[in-house]
Amino acid sequence: MRVDSLASSPGAAESGATGSVRPPGFYTLFRTEFILAVRRRSDIVNPLLFFVTVLAMMPLGIGPDPEMLARMAGGLIWVMALLATLLSQESLFRGDYEDGSLEQLALQTQPLYFSVLAKVLVHWLVTGLPLAVLSPLLGMMLNLGEAGYWPLFMSLALGTASLSLIGAVGAALTVALRRPGLLLALIIMPLYVPVLIFGTGAVQAALDGYGYGPQMAILGAILAAAAALAPLAAAGAIRISLEN
Amino acid sequence: MVSAQSGTATDSAPGLALSARGLTCERDGRILFEGLEFALSVGAALQIEGANGAGKSTLIRTLIGTASDYQGHILWRGVPLPKSLPSLRESLLYIGHNAGVRRGLTPLENLAWYGASHTDALVALDAVGLYGFEDVLCQQLSAGQTRRVALARLYLPETPSLWILDEPLAALDVAGVASLETQMTRHLQRGGSVLLTSHQPVTIAPLAKINLADFQASAHDSLEHSYAG
Amino acid sequence: MSWQWFHRLGSPRWFYQKTSGWLPWLGAASLLLLAVGMAWGLGFAPQDSKQGNSYRIIYIHVPAAFLALAGYYIMAICGAVGLIWKMKLSFVVMRAAAPIGAALTFIALFTGAVWGKPTWGAYWVWDARITSMLILFFLYLGVMALSGAFAREQSGDKASALLALVGTVNIPIIYKSVDWWFTLHQPATLKLTQASTIDPSMFYPLITMIAGFYLFYAWVLILHTRSLVLQREWRTQWVRELLEKPAPAARA
Repeated sequence: MRVDSLASSPGAAESGATGSVRPPGFYTLFRTEFILAVRRRSDIVNPLLFFVTVLAMMPLGIGPDPEMLARMAGGLIWVMALLATLLSQESLFRGDYEDGSLEQLALQTQPLYFSVLAKVLVHWLVTGLPLAVLSPLLGMMLNLGEAGYWPLFMSLALGTASLSLIGAVGAALTVALRRPGLLLALIIMPLYVPVLIFGTGAVQAALDGYGYGPQMAILGAILAAAAALAPLAAAGAIRISLEN
Repeated sequence: MVSAQSGTATDSAPGLALSARGLTCERDGRILFEGLEFALSVGAALQIEGANGAGKSTLIRTLIGTASDYQGHILWRGVPLPKSLPSLRESLLYIGHNAGVRRGLTPLENLAWYGASHTDALVALDAVGLYGFEDVLCQQLSAGQTRRVALARLYLPETPSLWILDEPLAALDVAGVASLETQMTRHLQRGGSVLLTSHQPVTIAPLAKINLADFQASAHDSLEHSYAG
Repeated sequence: MSWQWFHRLGSPRWFYQKTSGWLPWLGAASLLLLAVGMAWGLGFAPQDSKQGNSYRIIYIHVPAAFLALAGYYIMAICGAVGLIWKMKLSFVVMRAAAPIGAALTFIALFTGAVWGKPTWGAYWVWDARITSMLILFFLYLGVMALSGAFAREQSGDKASALLALVGTVNIPIIYKSVDWWFTLHQPATLKLTQASTIDPSMFYPLITMIAGFYLFYAWVLILHTRSLVLQREWRTQWVRELLEKPAPAARA
């Protein structure tokens, strides 16, 4: 009924074929991704549960000696954060690829860069940030020195953002493959090395009683470089995957 | 091949929307079609025919610039493709094999993502028979209903001028097909162009057809025979 | 017009025919240099005052490590050329370079471990260079795995080229960070022999070996590229003619 009125409206008929695609702004992109992420609650909760569960296994595997746990806590938490980020990233573009909306995104006149950035930002908000918030709690369980709590949180908050950005390149490269899980880990893990080194380095420096400013500065620099370059590479990878 | 209708375009090539000259596409070393020629004018529609695997989807993906491995020329308003791709995408509405409907969003949210206002989206959803489903998550809709969410984009008041539709009639009931044909005809009358693939007959006017089977390379056939022999 | 050679270079057929003539020379030169360098280094160079004879493994280890890194850059540059100029042959060279580079990285790691046993008392120590080499090995494996994961060859080409480029940007950062990590965790007494402090009588055979390795690399890369070219172009007329023509040796 309402359609008929639309058809008989002469204004609509005249302007009909002249409209052009209005690309969604960054806010719309971000909001859409955020809504989608919140509705897929398991995608948020599972990496966190994985993180906590595997870290709880660690003392069972290496023994409950508080001193040894204290020495290893920073590194263990960081490696587990790495794995949790990586595992959650496989699905970053998958849904959009399968339902065709990634193709629609790539057809828009605005650069794919912003769409990727919005996705990664949301991924960090629902994965990396909660991991960082949880980390002091796990540090306590693993007998991490109190001096390490703050640098652990800070380095994880900064570092997981870089991990999300770098991982997005891998997720985009493997999105057209049916079961990319292990391949994604294989191609992305080596690229995570600098973040891991400086992240654990910050915690270690604080525990040893030194300042950890330089490590945080380097993590910040890595994040800046990753934010500039990784979405570009991911955008290129998406176009390659769509061509498959 | 396709007669021009209303010449509203003011470009250097008046009336011409999308055309291809000597277009050859191959996939995995197999030539899908060779020397394809067509000219789609403003106010006209073109149906691509061909058997499964003849390369219809590859042709469409090539035309919209998603696939870049081709030989020959694709022209948008008379300008060859890599150069005119941004301008083509500005006036492109593409609905592919995968509809581009996010399962985690409601139909309303999906249309809003494509730039529709709330009222326009409601009208469009009503037109495709999804009245009452606006706020249901798309993952709870049937395949046909999801498809119609994508087609609702065609019922928005301000659509881009070039519609490229891959199997738009699939999974639609009789009434849905009739409504869509009316909408496409209306789009042509407004000076738009439609390029579509379909296994079903489409009754819109003016409609031209090309069959990809007519552009299958003879050399390719003989090559295949020599492999077999 | 000046670009003609460039596009001809991109033709697999031109490459295949052109390189046929180079191969024997390249092979002979590299084997000669390797034989001379090996005899010189293992037989005639003096013993090291601290390490005795065990240092002689550098005549394999150092050239392999050199080429492992250079090979990654060669691979990435070929990938970039392929992506930018859509040159098919460039992707083929990139694919051919990956397993060769990975093999050289493995040789560098293996000889490093063999060298480590008499020098440090353990086959594996987390020395900065060895750790970097290990990560480089993983980077190679990633490129190889990704290029093989796609059913459609062109997608595998482009995806692995992009990954190689991303790796190239990361390699300096990875190397620097591993260096930093090493100095943080261990005293810097385990450094490998530096080429700048080496005696000339040990250095000249090393240079010979490095030159031999480079030529050997070029030889193997061309050989492998040629076999990949034949695999890819098997449908074309020229490959079919080539394969149907009996080899001269077989006729005699």
